[in-house]
Amino acid sequence: MATKACDLPFRKETFRDDFTFRNSPETIKRAPFPFDKDSYMYAVNMELHKDGRAGTAFENPFDVDEHYVAEMQDRALVLNEDPLRCQSLPHMKLAGWDVLELLMTHKASSYPEWFSLTRDGNQWHWINRPMGIDQKFTFGDETTLPYEPLEYITRQAQGDFCVLDERDGNLWMDAGIVTTQADWSLDFDIGMNFFEWHAPVPLAHEKGIFTRALKYLLTIQQGNPARRLNWTMTVNPRLDTSPENYHVWGPENIQITPENVGEKLFLRIELQSFWRLPRSNAMLFPIRCYLLSMQDLSTVPKWATRMHRVLQTLPPEIASYKGLDGYRDIAIEWLSQFDNGAPTSSGSYPD
Amino acid sequence: MSSPATIDVIVTHVVNVNSLIKRFHFARLDGQPLPAFSGGAHIIVEMQDGENRRRTPYSLMSSPLDTDDYQISVRRDDQGRGGSLYMHQQVKTGMQMRIGYPTNLFSLDKRAPKHLMFAGGIGITPFLAQIKQLIATNGNFELHYSVRNQELGAYINELAQTIGNRLHTYYDDKEQRIAFDTLLSTQPAGTHVYVCGPTPMIEHVLKRTAALGWPKVHVHYEHFAKALPGEPFTVQLQASNKTVEVGENESMLEAMEAAGVDAPYLCRGGACGQCETNVIEHNGTLLHEDHWLDENERVSGKKIMPCVSRFCGTQLVLDR
Repeated sequence: MATKACDLPFRKETFRDDFTFRNSPETIKRAPFPFDKDSYMYAVNMELHKDGRAGTAFENPFDVDEHYVAEMQDRALVLNEDPLRCQSLPHMKLAGWDVLELLMTHKASSYPEWFSLTRDGNQWHWINRPMGIDQKFTFGDETTLPYEPLEYITRQAQGDFCVLDERDGNLWMDAGIVTTQADWSLDFDIGMNFFEWHAPVPLAHEKGIFTRALKYLLTIQQGNPARRLNWTMTVNPRLDTSPENYHVWGPENIQITPENVGEKLFLRIELQSFWRLPRSNAMLFPIRCYLLSMQDLSTVPKWATRMHRVLQTLPPEIASYKGLDGYRDIAIEWLSQFDNGAPTSSGSYPD
Repeated sequence: MSSPATIDVIVTHVVNVNSLIKRFHFARLDGQPLPAFSGGAHIIVEMQDGENRRRTPYSLMSSPLDTDDYQISVRRDDQGRGGSLYMHQQVKTGMQMRIGYPTNLFSLDKRAPKHLMFAGGIGITPFLAQIKQLIATNGNFELHYSVRNQELGAYINELAQTIGNRLHTYYDDKEQRIAFDTLLSTQPAGTHVYVCGPTPMIEHVLKRTAALGWPKVHVHYEHFAKALPGEPFTVQLQASNKTVEVGENESMLEAMEAAGVDAPYLCRGGACGQCETNVIEHNGTLLHEDHWLDENERVSGKKIMPCVSRFCGTQLVLDR
């Protein structure tokens, strides 16, 4: 029996204007909290992206949560205003089909109640129930889809997706869709290599982080995806914090007060994964964003304590690069009420 | 990363291609499709040869889009450590084997307006897959294929049928040679060069392209070193607190694995760099056989690639 839209557990909410985005208590607890100790420094913090523990964001390779449908609506708004948020250089066409296959097969096997994929040779039938999509198409023939394959499938998948070509012992940002980013631009970075697009990051170059990270990434092969977590902070639950729209969200950075910090300041977590694509030998680099308000964090005592300590001890260069200078002290003061000085347990999961 | 994902397969056909080469076909044991791959990729084939577990890389030669049938060609090497002999003598239709996921260290540059390919002998195999990929995408390519004689010219007839005058063959016994300098001097701008074959052929192409001003990043080569047999030696693994004997017909990496040490690897041919290991101390000669370490690293005596390299001396201590 077909599932009715009203039975599906997806929230109606916005990531702009009136900001009706909220996390349910279950969604808070399953977040991929990025700090495994009480301080933070850049590291090559990569691990295999294996199916993780049930009830966490690591349970499935491409996580779908209660924000799915609303996030896809926000992406459509961004693309409508600025089509250059999705780009693909001519030699990346094959990689686009690789991405479509990877996402469709994983979604259908992880969430059979929401997605289904039937394949008969190159004749494919894709059903996305939460978004009300039923599409028959010919794999490899882009005239049978309403968008290029990369754009088609990533309009139906949470998170940004960069597609990196491998050449000359380096990775090149040659395709992608980027609408939920922490202040970087695909239109600016397209065609750059791994060192070029990371050039603005402080401290990490000197520590040799990027040389080692690239070496690791180049050895990633089919069947063995890897992941890492990254983080920053954002005022208001806004997905599209892009350089192109800085005039919209930049001024909000000075609106944090001791009264509104709990609700208005968000920890922005990026679950980044790395997938070798089969036909193109390119690398898919999904960057999935999770937003937790300081108030959300305070419902998990270990996380609030740790957030307090990380912000207290964060090197100033990193704080400035992440854009935290306008509200860091206010956040530390607010979070101090949850830090009694006792040691935290190891690992990043809630107690 | 140290133990790459593997696939259980069944040998569906073994075909005698000529007096030296056999072709092996694999399908997935569970009947599911094999992963698609990109032209130039290789797989590691695991062989349980008596006491020895070998893992040897072979280029995939079948169509990258055919997910029902992987094909490799194996040239028999009577002087080798026995991997190719095992494939030729022990592997039969219906046998169950294990392979790694496809890995590509010899990928096409998809931006190239033209691909110029040089193959020598069994080095033809990665090109067979690349050509199928290029035909499917209307790519522009030209293959120059040098063989010892007509009998050993594997797949020449099939190639002649599918690619016609884009194939140029050269027979050693008829004194035919590839005119490298002429070809390398008359290509359209932006052409990429690919070479796979015997070491002297690869070295010649690298030398001539450099001399003729080709950009390094337009020259691609597939150069698997072979783990050669050699005198037995002993290696101490400090991190694992183990001492391992490396026999005449096994590689250092295989000996570590047999001792239960989970050492990283990817290509097992000295090309990818994944198994690079720090040498803590030694009192003899490191016999480097890889294509990964540069001259300074070799001279330093501080690094070794255990997939192909060996040691001559009485004490070798590795950080593994």
